[in-house]
Amino acid sequence: MIALSDYLIVGAILFSLSVVGIFINRKSVIVLLMCIELMLLAVNINFVAFSAYLNDMTGQVFVFFILTVAAAEAAIGLAILVVLFRNRRTINVQDLDLLKG
Amino acid sequence: MEFDNSQLMTMLPEIVMLTGALLVLLVDLMVRDSDRMWPYALTLGTLLAAFAAAVSVGGGSSEIILGGNYVRDAMGDSLKGALLLIAIPLFIYAREGLRKMDEWRTEYLTLGLFSILGMMIMISANGFIALYLGLELLTLSLYALVAYCRDSSKGAEAAMKYFVLGALASGLLLYGISMIYGATGKIDFPGIMQQIAADNTGDNTIFVFGMVFVVIGIAFKFGAVPFHMWMPDVYQGSSTPVTLLIGSLPKIAAVAIALRVLAGAMESLHQDWYMMLVILAILSMALGNIVAIAQQNIKRMLAYSTISHVGFIFLGILSGTDEGYRAAMFYAVVYALMAVGAFGILIALDRKGVVVDQLHQLKGLNDRHPWLALTMLLIMFSMAGVPPTVGFWAKLFVLEAVVSIDMWWLAVIAVFFSIIGAFYYIRVVKFMYFDKPIDDEPVVVGGAAQTMLAVNGLAVLLFGLFPVLVFGLMKL
Repeated sequence: MIALSDYLIVGAILFSLSVVGIFINRKSVIVLLMCIELMLLAVNINFVAFSAYLNDMTGQVFVFFILTVAAAEAAIGLAILVVLFRNRRTINVQDLDLLKG
Repeated sequence: MEFDNSQLMTMLPEIVMLTGALLVLLVDLMVRDSDRMWPYALTLGTLLAAFAAAVSVGGGSSEIILGGNYVRDAMGDSLKGALLLIAIPLFIYAREGLRKMDEWRTEYLTLGLFSILGMMIMISANGFIALYLGLELLTLSLYALVAYCRDSSKGAEAAMKYFVLGALASGLLLYGISMIYGATGKIDFPGIMQQIAADNTGDNTIFVFGMVFVVIGIAFKFGAVPFHMWMPDVYQGSSTPVTLLIGSLPKIAAVAIALRVLAGAMESLHQDWYMMLVILAILSMALGNIVAIAQQNIKRMLAYSTISHVGFIFLGILSGTDEGYRAAMFYAVVYALMAVGAFGILIALDRKGVVVDQLHQLKGLNDRHPWLALTMLLIMFSMAGVPPTVGFWAKLFVLEAVVSIDMWWLAVIAVFFSIIGAFYYIRVVKFMYFDKPIDDEPVVVGGAAQTMLAVNGLAVLLFGLFPVLVFGLMKL
């Protein structure tokens, strides 16, 4: 039997990986988008685990909303990426340095 | 759970906004004129209709509908009314600015209306699902708006930064929500409050763990230090009409969610969260006011000024008293009014091909256009907190709230940093009145924007003379 804490640990590991990925990634913006998706999925694991544990449907309903919003967010993120590439001809994170101060 | 159609009347303002936003989209397809008069008129009409709807369904005791996800209460009524009224000058200025940049398209109106709808949902959220959906509707619209000028390299970069950090903030907020859900089994604010009260085991580690993440998520959306890094870049990178929207109204919605979550659902844990807000408030006031002095770009300067104002808003929230909450609401509304005016003036100074965003471009404004200079003077004095403008009262009320819970030292720190902050506001006034203009081109402002700016500046003065006109409307 897999305990609740095992699910939570998996969720926490995925969540930390994605946050670390956002902060130490110095290469491609695409990796940032992947990290964001991973973060939302880690949250979903938490919600589903708690929902099963508490025997309460609300958590699973929330997961559907998060998945839907994540899809919309990915669409907007990729659209911004296209605009960025059109203007800059690069999607390297280190090249995003016009704005400073 | 039964569904009753008559319940929908309670959320009439949101329904009006949604219908209006969709109609603006449709009308743009049907009517082909380069001036976009119809969508524009429809936008302003929608805002007025939504305001009328908010007034007509408002008042009386609070109602909770849609299975506990939506609440209409006195706090929601006052914040929504302020939001919709301040949105009207916002769109008038935005039209002026976008026409000067040859970027006057209906997308701004649609996305703007949708973001305001998102803010209204956040204000009326009675549970984390509605809060999250409203927040995403707001931020997704704003991400798209930052990249609105497609050929702007800076705009695209700012949009990317805003998107990544905004999504990170949503992720942190959601992770916190999932922990709170796990600890209480509830997702609506009254349910969470009851669960905390009913829990007598004394061990609320998971809950507090989730609460920390939620506070960080909210601080990100506010732009409080140390979660402020997106703000200066986004303010500077987006075109001024978009900064106008990002920099003003969302603060009202952010106050609403902070009050709903911290003061509503987690009121009994005040001891656990107020220290976090104290740290955020002190850091925001310190960094915002000091770094703003070094800025040459006026939009960047206003971004740091926003950060310091966020610190003041937190002072009201952390006091944990009803007066403090009202002071925070008042501060956010007053701040939105001042920010709309300040960015509106930058828009008024823009010309075809010339974007005004450097401080020295304001030099000698009094010789070129005395009315605009006077309006800017009132707004700068108000942001600095000089009586008799309304910003003075906003600062006074939050300081009163902090003093009332015997945190004198915090009030002293706040006053200290606001004195430092007065320097860069008054420097703008010095540039406008005592320096020679560097270009003598006449300032061309459209009639509607000019009238609205005058009204905006005078409102800052009038509400300063009679603060009760606004403060009396801030109810909990």
